[in-house]
Formats: sequence, structure tokens, C-alpha cells
Amino acid sequence: MKPRVIFAGLLSLAIAGALGWAVLERTLPAENLPERVAQAMPLSGVEHPITAVLLNFRGYDTLLEIAVLLLAVVVALALREAQPDRPERMGLENPLLRAVMAWLLPLILITTGFLLWAGAYQPGGAFQAGSVLAAGGLLLRLAGVTTAWLDNPAVLRTGLAMGLLTFLAVGLLVMLPGVPFLTYPTEYAGALILLIELTLTLSIGLTLISLFRLTPPYADDPEEARDQPSSRNGGMAS
Amino acid sequence: MSGALVFAWSGVVLFSLGLFGFIVHRHLLRRLLAFNIMGSGAFLVLVGLAQDGRGIDPVPHAMVITGIVVAVASTALALVVFRRWYRASGRTDLPEDT
Amino acid sequence: MIGFWSVPLLFALPLALGIVSLLAPPAWRARLGLAGLLPLLAASIAVFAHLVLDGPHTYALGNWNAPLGINLAVDGLAAGMVLLTAVVSSLCAIYAWVYLRDQPASSSFFWPLLWFLWAGMNGIWLAEDIFNLYVGLEVMGLAAVGLVALKATPQALAAAMRYLLAALLGSLAYLLGVALLYASYGTLSMAGLQEAATADVTTQVALALIILGLLLKTALFPLHAWLPPAHGGALTPVSALLSALVVKGSFYILLRIWMVLGTEVTPFATAQLLGILGAGAVFYGGWMAWRQHHLKQLVAYSTVAQIGYLFLFFPLVTGTGPEAARLAWDGTLMMLIAHALAKAALFLSAGNLILAVGSAHIGHLVGISRFRPMSLFSFGLAGVSLMGLPPSGGFTGKWLLLNSAILSGQWWWLIVLFLGGLLSAAYIFKVFRMAFREGPQVDHSVTPPLTLDVTALMLAASAILIGLTAHLPLAWLRIGSPFGAG
Repeated sequence: MKPRVIFAGLLSLAIAGALGWAVLERTLPAENLPERVAQAMPLSGVEHPITAVLLNFRGYDTLLEIAVLLLAVVVALALREAQPDRPERMGLENPLLRAVMAWLLPLILITTGFLLWAGAYQPGGAFQAGSVLAAGGLLLRLAGVTTAWLDNPAVLRTGLAMGLLTFLAVGLLVMLPGVPFLTYPTEYAGALILLIELTLTLSIGLTLISLFRLTPPYADDPEEARDQPSSRNGGMAS
Repeated sequence: MSGALVFAWSGVVLFSLGLFGFIVHRHLLRRLLAFNIMGSGAFLVLVGLAQDGRGIDPVPHAMVITGIVVAVASTALALVVFRRWYRASGRTDLPEDT
Repeated sequence: MIGFWSVPLLFALPLALGIVSLLAPPAWRARLGLAGLLPLLAASIAVFAHLVLDGPHTYALGNWNAPLGINLAVDGLAAGMVLLTAVVSSLCAIYAWVYLRDQPASSSFFWPLLWFLWAGMNGIWLAEDIFNLYVGLEVMGLAAVGLVALKATPQALAAAMRYLLAALLGSLAYLLGVALLYASYGTLSMAGLQEAATADVTTQVALALIILGLLLKTALFPLHAWLPPAHGGALTPVSALLSALVVKGSFYILLRIWMVLGTEVTPFATAQLLGILGAGAVFYGGWMAWRQHHLKQLVAYSTVAQIGYLFLFFPLVTGTGPEAARLAWDGTLMMLIAHALAKAALFLSAGNLILAVGSAHIGHLVGISRFRPMSLFSFGLAGVSLMGLPPSGGFTGKWLLLNSAILSGQWWWLIVLFLGGLLSAAYIFKVFRMAFREGPQVDHSVTPPLTLDVTALMLAASAILIGLTAHLPLAWLRIGSPFGAG
């Protein structure tokens, strides 16, 4: 066996052993955080505790998390500009797919809206809704439906940034009465959380779609092979 | 060992398996897959250990959702860099790694 | 009131600037960047002034106190790091404003990435919540990876990829440690953990995972392999930012968590082991730096070596007397600040020398002393601090560490401090020997814009000045620390 395999095996066994031991020896915490969450729920503006933690109690984490997501797209945009791609020609010229799309797309949009709305009182929320929205966008792309507005950098980037921008703006504006960042007034908390989630859903959906669109379309062609693309994309629609 | 910890135990196993793959493999796509398996393991430990008979703790669930988004973003960024690297060099692994 | 607004602005402002500069046309990004420096610098100074005047305080985001919500903690160390970040990043940004003009258009994405990096770092300095630190680490880490990849050459992409893999592995180990800590203590707040911490197996495994993850992210020898290509190969202002500040991010978290858990929970041997790894870094990094032929690779290996000194903190603070521990704290922070300023200066002046001769090869520097004395002067001043010669910040830091080692009876660290200084001298003088050699190779040089030289010189001069006035910043940094104010 190669030394690397032996090393990896020993290391992962050691980690598994240590972790297993730690799990076995774990003592229950004295602090009861679920209890505190339950007590604060009436003030959170939503009925589902996970949503309350994500967007109210620990909203700052979510704010930074959206920044991480946006960062990935910024890097993808930068690399596309540095290593320009040819116009995209992905998409299957398949009438069946297009016909199914006509049925699927409204369903996807309804599901997105439902997940977003449901987040207030049952599992759901912005990221789940945004992922479904992105799946719809990917299907469109696979079906070869051109989305010209997505190629307009100003529109695309505004859409990408809207979620984080709204989140930040709400966080700062609620400070005006003299309370800390992200302190929603209790009576508007539900509405503000919904507003943030709505823009986050759109931004997350767009982010995920953009991440797919921003990788090189001739991904399988290393630099030297890029000059003879015609031999490659025979089966692809134009 | 209590049955409630079954998720935490699975998490430990997944994390270690992922770590093994992450070190052994050279193909960047495989390493990213291994990273995601490790991530799932860590998330399972996070949620699984919260099952302590005092009801559901929403905080680890929220942490896992945040963690998943971060993992998605990291994986996407890694894939973007990987595809650009592959296009520029024609390699699926990193140099000096053979 | 100033603290009330300026604390959230420390992360909200760079995030907003990041978004706006992403939306702005590329030509506007640099101008916007310069305009954004002022308010951010003002907010950083306000937070620091607030701390000096009113003492340490916590900021409960969303008005939910920890453990339910997330607290931010402003103490001397946090505010000091905020201010250090503001100074170094501002000067690097001014450098980049000029430097990037001659780079491809895609390098204007430097600006949004810089703002996100800044937001991530400020998030880390202020964090009091171990999960929030994880998210902050990811903001900082992914922005840093993006900055490395910005050059988009095959080498840069490979370096970014390697850096990203190391960062991802480190984050997961850290996250798993957080999971175990949360499972045992039911809180993510450092203050809560400090109260509840006991030396049981779960806590020790958690701490071991956190340490391992952060060592990988800090590039401590022998986990340093990703650092030299990433730092040495990036655009010059990026190299400066990464080496000066970003590696400190994960070290800072380690230091914080050690102060919360480490001194009680870990066996004595762990602290010694960290010190030994630090010593290994000093020797190996210094040796490798001396062997490099590429100027920026030399500087990058110098970072590997200098990180090693910071890890002498752990053996000097664990199980030693209060006076030795206080000296170790002071010395480590002085080393950290001095290294941040000196290394940024070293990278920027190395970048200027490379611009001047048009080559990164150290052998091509022959005779450059006649043409670019100012760049060499900055390089030398920064070198003085790295070698630890008086009156620089590097000297003060080493002096404090040395006293701490003597006081705690751990004389073996003196060898590290002494030999490490000699090795630094060896690689700094290697550059100087070439630059002052008269030879036929170079009889002309490109003159880089004055701004580039001035920013490098300002950083180098501050690395010296901080050593001359060390008692004041050190007293501020102790505010709210376990070692008391004063």
C-alpha cells in the first residue's frame, strides 16, 4: 500500500476513535438554550423556531452566510472576465423537454412561493425556496431557453445583491430608534422577516443559477483544444 | 450508547470516511465530494448530539442550514476554480501532488 | 453613542461597499474604494477611541443577549485588531489603486473582494460566539481564495485551489469542534463556555479538533505547504494583505479559544507541542526563505517562519506565573502587530523592486541600489523589524517573549528567538547583497509611481515606530484582557 493510504487510514481511524469517545463521554449541558428559544418565540415575529433562530435571534450569522454565497459568484464573475468564455451554446433541442417545462415551471414557482411562505410556521424558508427556484432556472437552461435579461450584467448583479442589500438596510434602519443592529420592532418583525426572506429567495436562486452559468461552457476543453470547438459540439443545439 | 445518538454515530463514520477520501484521492472532483461527505458528517454530529430528551433544539438545526449554505458556496467556488484550472492546464489534480 | 453606531458599521459598511463596488462599472471601483476608506477608517478609529475612553463592552446584536443571540465583544485586543486592519488594509488599498492600473481589467474585482475580506476580518475580531467565528472565517477565507485566484494564471489557480482545500478542511475540523462544545455546554458564547468549561474528554477532543483546524488555516509548520504559492504568487497588494492580516485571523481565534478553554482544559504537553511546532516553523521557514530565488517566495517563506514566533505564546502562557504570562501576551501581540506592518511593507517594497527590474528573480536585482534606494530602504526597515533589531516592533516583541521565557524558566525558547533572528538576517541580507553588488546586468530600471514607494515606506516606518512607543499600544491591548488594564 502507498504510504499516503496508510497515513489517511490511520488518521481517519484516529479521528473516528477520538470523536466516538467524545460522543460517548458527552455530558448533558447545564444551559438549556431550547428553553430560552421557546420563551423568546412570541417576540420573534414568526412561529417556526428554526426560522426565528435563523432570521431573528442569530440573524447576523445568516447575514454573513449570504455574503459567503455572494462571494462565490464574485469570484466566478472575476474569473470569467479574466478567462473569457465563448457565447454559451448549452441546451438540448428537445421538444419533449420544452413541453414538460411548460408544465413544470408554474409548479416550480408555486413550490418556491409555498416554501418561502411556509418558513414562518413549518420547515421551509429562503434557502430552500431559493434552491427550488434555481432548479427551475437550470431546467430552463437545459431546455435551451434563452434568458437574455440574465446576460445583462446590471440586472443580474442587482438581483444577486438585492438579498444582502435588503438585509443590511433593514438591519441598519431598525437602529434609528436607538436599538442595536438587527433589532426588529416586535410588531413589524414578521413583516420585516418576510421581506428579507423574499429578497433572499430571489438572490439565492439567482446566485445558484449564476454559479452554473459562470463556469466555462467548454469545460471539457483544456486551453489547447479550444481552437477546434466544432468537432466537439456536434450534438449540441446552437 | 443510546439509540438517540445514532445520527451522531453516523456522522462520526461519515466524517472519517470523508477524511480518508480527501487525503487519498488526487482528482479534485473526488476530493470535493469527499469534503462534502465530511461536511454531512459534521452536520449530522451537530444535529444528532442535540437529541437529549429535552425536546428539539432549533439552534443546531439553524446552524446546520447556515453550514449547508456555506458548504454549497465553498463547493461552488471550488468547482469554479477547478474548472478554470482544468481549462488552463488540462489537469484534474494539483501539480506536485502525484 | 459613537460605539453604538460604529460597531455594526465595522462589518455593515464593508459589506455595503462590497455590493456597491460589484454593481459599479469597473472603472469606478477603485475610486469608490478610495472614497470608502475614509468612513471605514473613521468607524475603526471611533471604536478604538470608544474603548480607550469607556473600557470594554459587549454589543448584543438584535438586542438578544447571548446565549440566545450573538454578542460582539469590544475589548482591547479586538479594537486593536480592528485598527491594525484598518491601517494595513487602507495602505494596501491605496497601493492597489495605483498598482492595478497596469493589470488586466478583471483585476478590478480586487475591490469587492477586498471589502468582503475586510468585513470577514472585522467580523472575526469582534466575534464572541464560536459559531459566528466559523461563518466569519468562511467570509474571510473565501474572499482570500478569490483574491489569490484573481490573477487567473494557471499557477494562481492552482495556488488558490490548494489554499481553498486547506481552508475547507480546517473549517470542517473547527466546525466539528464547535458541535462537540455546543453538545456539552449548550452555549456558543465564549463567556458562557469560560464559565462552564471542565476538563472532560469531550471538551479535550473538541479543543484538539479546533486547534488542528486552525493550525491548518494559520499554516503552522508542518501544515504550511499551501501558504508560499498562495502568498508568493498573488498580486502584490493581495500578498501583503494575506500575509499581514489573513493568517492572523485564524491565529486570533486560536488565541481567544485558548484563553477561554486552553489554560484549564489542555494538558501541559499540548502547549509545549504548539511551541515546538512554532520553533520548527521558525527554523524551517527561515531556512527555506534563504534558499528561494524568487523574491516574493522568499517573503512568503518568511511569513511561515514569523508565524512560528506567535506560537511561543502557548507554552509561555500555560502553567506559568501571572507575570510571565502577561509578558507572553504583550510580546506575542507586539510580534503580531510588528509582523503585520513589517510583512505588508516587505511585500509592497518587494513588489516595487520587481516592477523596477521587471523580474522577480533575486539574481536580477544586481545593481538596483543605485536606482531604487527608496524601495530598498523600505525593504530594509521592514527587515530590521523581522530580524528583531532595536528599536523596531519586532525587537520589542522578542524582548518581551525573551523575558517571559526567562521568568518561566523555559530557556529553550531563547535559542529559537536567537537563531530565528539570525536566519531572518540571512535571508534579508541575501536580497541586499544582490542589490548592492555592482554588475553589468542592470543599467536602467523602470520607475514605479511614487505612491507605491510611499505606502510601503509608511508601513515599514510604522513597524519601527510601534517599537519605540510600545508601552502605549500594549496598555490599550490589555484592556479587558485576562491580564487587566495598565
